[in-house]
Amino acid sequence: MSALTPTPGQTVGPFYGYALPFPGDSVLSVQGAQGTIRLHGTVRDGAETPVQDAILELWQADENGDIVRETGSLKRDGHTFTGWGRAATDDDGHYTFSTRVPGPTEDGAPAFFAVLVFARGLLDKLHTRAYLPDDQTALAADPLLSSLPEDRRRTMIAEREPDGSLRFDVRLQGEGETVFLDFGRADRSAARR
Amino acid sequence: MTAEIAASHAAYAEARAAGAPEETATRRDFPPYRSSVLRHPTKDLRHTDPETIELWSPAFGHRDVHPLEADLTIQHNGEPLGERVVVTGKVLDGDGRPVRGQLVEIWQANSAGRYIHKRDQHPAPLDPNFTGVGRCITADDGTYRFTTIKPGPYPWKNHHNAWRPAHIHFSLFGTDFTQRMITQMYFPGDPLFALDPIYQSIVDQNARDRLVASYDHDVTTHEWATGYAWDIVLSGSGRTWMEPEGDDE
Repeated sequence: MSALTPTPGQTVGPFYGYALPFPGDSVLSVQGAQGTIRLHGTVRDGAETPVQDAILELWQADENGDIVRETGSLKRDGHTFTGWGRAATDDDGHYTFSTRVPGPTEDGAPAFFAVLVFARGLLDKLHTRAYLPDDQTALAADPLLSSLPEDRRRTMIAEREPDGSLRFDVRLQGEGETVFLDFGRADRSAARR
Repeated sequence: MTAEIAASHAAYAEARAAGAPEETATRRDFPPYRSSVLRHPTKDLRHTDPETIELWSPAFGHRDVHPLEADLTIQHNGEPLGERVVVTGKVLDGDGRPVRGQLVEIWQANSAGRYIHKRDQHPAPLDPNFTGVGRCITADDGTYRFTTIKPGPYPWKNHHNAWRPAHIHFSLFGTDFTQRMITQMYFPGDPLFALDPIYQSIVDQNARDRLVASYDHDVTTHEWATGYAWDIVLSGSGRTWMEPEGDDE
């Protein structure tokens, strides 16, 4: 058990727009550079209405599955891959990251982007994962994904589009509601690299 | 509104009396906050153990944030209007370990209760000398410190005559991405607390109190600024801490 009780979260509210976004926030890897892909999608609420005031964060390993320890996300130099980015949704509820494909951080596990969602009306953060759709064997063997019914499992797997982009829609509520995660108190014996 | 909030809290008190556990977090499903109705998940969050990527956080440093970004009163040519305050405290993990070298971001309304945001239509004056955005990197002992102006309360459209208590938005990173959080810090004794569905979406009084800073006369500086202290506790770290941080870099 934790010795201290965590401070509660609160909604990001409607007015983060001049504070949290920054130039290059969603560009982890510049367009056109080798290995750059687009990860994008739409955030919708329980009435299927696009959420125009959500902000997503992305945190990922590099192509080899290694954790990136580079600083400089807030003042990008156009070369250094930091593994972290932030993208606000637009008036269509759409967000876009320009990034690289992560490798798996565990042997044999499917690779994923860690995704965090904040929004006006959302009283506390939500964690989810956007798994890469490519490695079917690894996806099938994943304990979390296998524990989910098919219609729920699907919400955590990004879709490959004809142009190579990855599409990951977020549904806050209702049919096709995204699976959101609770990490609780992590197992202290969890393996680390 | 007051009755709706009171009903939720009464139901919680009743559940507590019947042996339900203490709620320490904010409820995502809290209908008095109207915008939450269609924006909270209806299914339980899925418990899973974090994988390696989630046991690490992005790295930030002095390349990302200039030390002067922690002073919101010097970002323009003149002094902003309002009550100058220092807000300081520590960012700790669930075991009380300081979170060092991590990014803290804040944003807030000006002293008149107006944000520099195109969607803020409150007819209170903008202050040409105040933007209301600050950043800093925590010190080795987890300390953050901002100099700013005490924000004003402001009206919003949740219900008739709705006013938010004065608050500063805080965005925090821990050592693990699982600890990432955004919250709001409030000032002690605000008469609007009881009427605010966002603050009251935390149904437990002890948990609500964790968002309220204390006036701290030791932080107050002579003829310059009043001081407030507020420590932030993130959730537990899932990493094993057998070896000091520096060994894995």
